[in-house]
Amino acid sequence: MNGLIVSSLSKSFGAVRAVDNVSFSVDGGEFLALIGPNGAGKSTCFNLINGQLVPDAGSVRFGGRDIAGSPARKICRCGIARTFQIAATFASMTVAENVQMALIAHEREIYRLWRRANSFHRQHALELLRRVGMHEAADRPCRELAYGDVKRVELAIALAGEPRLLLMDEPTAGMAPRERRELIALVKALIVERGIAVLFTEHSMDVVFAFADRIIVMARGRLIADGDARTVRNDPRVQQVYFGTGRIAERSGSAA
Amino acid sequence: MTFEGLAFQALDGLASASSLFFVAAGLSLIFGVTRIVNLAHGSLYMLGTYIAVTLVTAMGGAGDAFGFWSGVLAAALIAGVIGAAIEVVLLRRIYVAPELFQLLATFALMLIVNDATLWLWGPEDLLGPRAPGLSGAIEILGREMPSYDAFLIVVAPAVLGLLYVVFARTRFGALVRAATQDREMLGALGVNQALLFTAVFALGSVLAGLGGALQVAREPANLGMDLSVITDAFVVVVVGGMGSIVGSYVAALLIAEVKALCIGIGVVGFAGFAVNFSKLTLVAEFLVMAIVLIARPHGLFGRAQVAVRGAAEAEAEMEAPIRPASRALALFGLAVFGALLLLPFSARAFPYALVLGVDVLIAVLFAASLHFIMGPGGMASFGHAAYFGLGAYGAALLVKWFAAPMGLALAAAPVAAALGALLFGWFSVRLSGVYLAMLTLAFAQIVWSIVFQWQEVTGGSNGVLGIWPSAPFDRLAAYYLLTLLVVAVGVWLLRRILFAPFGYAMRAGRDSPLRAEAIGIDVKRVHWLAFALAGTVCGVAGGIFAFAKGSISPETISIGRSIDGLVMVLLGGVGTLSGPLVGASVFAVLQDFVMQETEYWHALLGGIILVLVLAFPSGLVGAFLRLTRRRRFL
Repeated sequence: MNGLIVSSLSKSFGAVRAVDNVSFSVDGGEFLALIGPNGAGKSTCFNLINGQLVPDAGSVRFGGRDIAGSPARKICRCGIARTFQIAATFASMTVAENVQMALIAHEREIYRLWRRANSFHRQHALELLRRVGMHEAADRPCRELAYGDVKRVELAIALAGEPRLLLMDEPTAGMAPRERRELIALVKALIVERGIAVLFTEHSMDVVFAFADRIIVMARGRLIADGDARTVRNDPRVQQVYFGTGRIAERSGSAA
Repeated sequence: MTFEGLAFQALDGLASASSLFFVAAGLSLIFGVTRIVNLAHGSLYMLGTYIAVTLVTAMGGAGDAFGFWSGVLAAALIAGVIGAAIEVVLLRRIYVAPELFQLLATFALMLIVNDATLWLWGPEDLLGPRAPGLSGAIEILGREMPSYDAFLIVVAPAVLGLLYVVFARTRFGALVRAATQDREMLGALGVNQALLFTAVFALGSVLAGLGGALQVAREPANLGMDLSVITDAFVVVVVGGMGSIVGSYVAALLIAEVKALCIGIGVVGFAGFAVNFSKLTLVAEFLVMAIVLIARPHGLFGRAQVAVRGAAEAEAEMEAPIRPASRALALFGLAVFGALLLLPFSARAFPYALVLGVDVLIAVLFAASLHFIMGPGGMASFGHAAYFGLGAYGAALLVKWFAAPMGLALAAAPVAAALGALLFGWFSVRLSGVYLAMLTLAFAQIVWSIVFQWQEVTGGSNGVLGIWPSAPFDRLAAYYLLTLLVVAVGVWLLRRILFAPFGYAMRAGRDSPLRAEAIGIDVKRVHWLAFALAGTVCGVAGGIFAFAKGSISPETISIGRSIDGLVMVLLGGVGTLSGPLVGASVFAVLQDFVMQETEYWHALLGGIILVLVLAFPSGLVGAFLRLTRRRRFL
């Protein structure tokens, strides 16, 4: 089994069960959306998978290994890359150097002390930048870019590690509607051509329903639906959660 | 040592914790709200003592209780007014400047106040009158304790209680607490931040002044009080947790007690060795701090600070991508090197040129190694002198005890420094920002006090004498050329590494630790090795220094030298690669000339630093780049 298998994952903060016995899997080449209202536990779930948090119970298996609670740099070595809700790039480097840095790290060359870093993997970096449409900005300082472009650079950085799974936490947060669709269309194209699996959280429903292969829905820490767009859209529990009229909203306690 | 003896020492510790608490509480309060790490806070304490001596003496001295206590209170209030004035005139202009610039500015202020005090009150220690009614002693546990100390033991918890009520119950207190958590949000709610900041600064200054004024009956006012108290207060604040008043009190008690107990325990036989605990007092507080910071990186009662958004942007704004030297710059660099090579020929006309040249070159290597971790690594070390000192002592002790030849001694210098840097760096890189700065300072102080106290080996305060270079380097010109060569190679290597993958990984870890870890970089390890590398190169500078001077003393490891390094780096501009070279040169020459010209060289230096900070916030080289509008030039 090549994909990601999350089983019985749980995490509590004090009395709050932020993630409560959640299980799902992502197959190779699949574009899986994780949605849910604010406070559903999406980010916690995400941070459990990418190693930022250690689960109380359950496992996260990828490529046959349990990676739950491993530090981020180890998880990245297993073939999992990620982008952040607020794009994280290296502001004091050029666009190309950002990607070169990722390639250098991937090739385990960071302890080299002599040759100039910007002569490492330059061509490869430019190719990746071309793929995300940023090659013309290759030699501009990263801090000068518009936010939408920074997100693209981040995507190129993530691709540098040749991941088999890409975790994207709200990839289109802070972007204009057209930019959003373009970015997600780009990710979709990358999935098709490279066979990468992508797990992403997203608030923009038009993006989710237009592009995701499959959608899983969380509410109050629990997984309440899992299926394609049509199934999820017609699921009464999902409707309840999103319209906020049902019994679930009346239960006491709240999830982070 | 009897139980009674220990208990008595503990009470004594309580008394000395008192003044420390006042200073630390003020410092912590000011930091919490304004996020300024105010190095000049100790100056307000010192002013408190001096003003109290003058006022109390003028108002009738020891005979008049009303005169004494009103003098003490007035001194505290005057310190508050001075603090408010400092805030309005100076600090208000630098709230959004990068943290390090604020440190530099307040350090400059400390220099100026110190010289102003020298000018007003003169260099002699001034003894104040004893407190009326409290000049006697009371008997506790069969020993005599000065009544004034007993009074101090009571007064600190009283002030703590008062502060607690103010913060818990008043509107002002609520505002202060809110500002400590998120001052921008508070500003967005329509609170007049300028007024609040001034008020907080005044209150913090009153506390410092009070701490100083109360010392009037305990110790003579002297010009070393500002530096010694600010170091102690920093340790207290960092141990307690920046921004926490209760933390300050607990930490002040903890440290004072540990010190008192060290004295109380004295010499103890331990597995055949005699361990003299009273010698530990100099290092005790730093040991406590190191332990606390390693276990709790934000101090006992501290929490991770919310980043001040404006400041973070200001910092990010400063640094452009690094570029290899342009042709013009490379030629310029070669020209400078060539000119320096020819300097010995001018020795007849300017005999002092070579001495100054060696000094400047050593400063350049020192600053370049500090900049290496401070700029690209983002780790502002406040104890870089430790590695300079380890290098210097490593070489000197080898000569003293094993009569090692110069070559071997010089080679040992970086090894000694590297070992120290590997050890201390491992702990330091686990922290960041002010906490990292303070831990590095603590380690430097530990090294200093070991060197200072281990008289049999290091010569104690006398240092090591007679470290002269062997032929042919016993001629100044030859030694100058050796220094030039070593420094040039060192600087060039550091620069080369910054352009290599390792240097990039360092910057990656500084720019975004989150991203760096996500692409597989072990940020802590990279920063640790960078720290060790910088320490190693700094050790080379120390070794060269030892042979240049012929003798060294614990001064090579002093806080002053660490601060000098910071000033050099910031002067040149931390965001540029050539900045530290220019900064170190300017600083070394300036220090040399200003020192000769005037008795008030501290103040002059401070004034120059202030002008630089206010007029050239990105350092000399940064300003030059901005001026030429060619940021990619260097």
